[in-house]
Amino acid sequence: MKVDKELIKKVATNARLKLTESEIREFLPQLKEVLKDFDTIQKAPTKNLEPSFQPLEIKNITREDKVEACLTQEDSIKNAKHKSNGYIKGPKAI
Amino acid sequence: MIIQHYLKDVKEKNISITKTIKSILREAKTLNKKHNCFNIITEDLALEQAEEQEKSPSGRLAGLPISIKDCICVKNVESRAGSKILKDYEPTFNATVIQKLVDEGAIIIGKTSQDEFGFGGFSTNTDNIPKNPFDEKVSCGGSSGGSACFTQLTKNPHASISESTGGSIANPASFCSVSGLTPTYGLVSRYGLIDYANSLDKIGVMTKTTEELFPIFNVIKGHDKKDSTSLNEKPSNDNKVKKIAIIKEAFEINPEIKNQTLANLEDYDVISLPLNKKYSIPTYYIIAMAEASTNLAKYCGLRYGQTLPLQGSFNDFFSEVRSKYFTKEAKRRIILGTFTRMAGFRDAYYLKAMKTRTLLINEYKKAFKKYDVLISPTMPILPPKFSEIDKLSPLEQYQMDTLTVGPNLSGLPHLSVPSGFIGKLPIGTMLTSNHLEEEKIINFGEQIEQRN
Repeated sequence: MKVDKELIKKVATNARLKLTESEIREFLPQLKEVLKDFDTIQKAPTKNLEPSFQPLEIKNITREDKVEACLTQEDSIKNAKHKSNGYIKGPKAI
Repeated sequence: MIIQHYLKDVKEKNISITKTIKSILREAKTLNKKHNCFNIITEDLALEQAEEQEKSPSGRLAGLPISIKDCICVKNVESRAGSKILKDYEPTFNATVIQKLVDEGAIIIGKTSQDEFGFGGFSTNTDNIPKNPFDEKVSCGGSSGGSACFTQLTKNPHASISESTGGSIANPASFCSVSGLTPTYGLVSRYGLIDYANSLDKIGVMTKTTEELFPIFNVIKGHDKKDSTSLNEKPSNDNKVKKIAIIKEAFEINPEIKNQTLANLEDYDVISLPLNKKYSIPTYYIIAMAEASTNLAKYCGLRYGQTLPLQGSFNDFFSEVRSKYFTKEAKRRIILGTFTRMAGFRDAYYLKAMKTRTLLINEYKKAFKKYDVLISPTMPILPPKFSEIDKLSPLEQYQMDTLTVGPNLSGLPHLSVPSGFIGKLPIGTMLTSNHLEEEKIINFGEQIEQRN
């Protein structure tokens, strides 16, 4: 796999980041170096091993499907800067 | 005065809580000018809490001043995790650990400085860089740098609540010569923690001496139904350390650090953990960045934090906000984390890293069949100067975590204890035990500390 300017731009767009040309120039050799290090795990002997998505076995926490106290509408949007009529206001979707 | 003596004095009404709080707030303000340990000092909140406690001291930590790493939510107090993008964010609720501390009478004095979202080992990836208590040209370590710095410098009774993903408690504890405990994954609730990487983040505690960790750890641990990864098990109360081993690969470092660390130990075996040595850094960074890149997706100028005028399509708007307010290190991690989860690469990186984590956990588990505590230096280097850190590439910075990522990836409790000085700079020894065996490392840590 070739790590180049185009790949970085594509990944950045997926992650909703706009990188400047100077950021791309700076990041490219840095990311290449890190990805080369990441590749060392390809040799790890993991045959027949299950992935550990958590370091310890965690049991699901469930509760009765009953209404409980939660954040008020006012509190839940308190930190939004764009809001109107008790709702968060966002950019155009279409 | 150690925490236990202060709490006893408060109980017996031999000491004024308000006087102590006023003294530590004055001290915090003075030290902050020189050392940048706090992003915010919560003077009004602390005085209000102190007044209440003075009237009727109640709880196991009545009147104890506590500082909080910036990434842990405190109700109505700016909690920005060292970032620019969460500037002005004031949570409308307390994290579970904060509520537990407040319910036990602790008093919150401020939010400590840290790398943006915990992304770093030197607390330099932020706008408020803490400076080492022993040399201002030197780093405090990271990412809980401010917590360690103030814990070392204060002359008042105090504990700091900090957080580790890949070594962010042990590393600064070592660089600032304090005790730092990272508990078993899931033992302390993460509810209200501004996430870095969900399968790795652990809230812990720093104090000046190891014996002071107990009263705080006893309050913050425990199951919480608000955290879906909370562990519903009690830690073991067996603190007997019968057999210890040093980790061979961890001592292939600076000979001065090696010799001084070994000088504090006796009757140990030597054990080799070659798989952790070889694979823990890439495994850790793949998992940490993959999880971080998904966690950071929510910062887009809508619900909280910084924003821009509402213009253009949602894609343009989100991208503009994120590009303006994330720093370079966050951007690098978002790109690497997004890449390792993309179609075509997911199995080779993300899934492979999760399987390699199993391999590394198994290597530790085998060692714990024979030994109670595994020992290494906490950091492979002495605390570096800021001018030296500037010269390191991102990968070289990540590699400094080589001794701390192992126990963090495996969710194992570990403790860094002060272990003397080389020149004027401190070193720490890291003790790791099996899951839920915190008491063993605290007990053994006290013994090492007494030898210094």
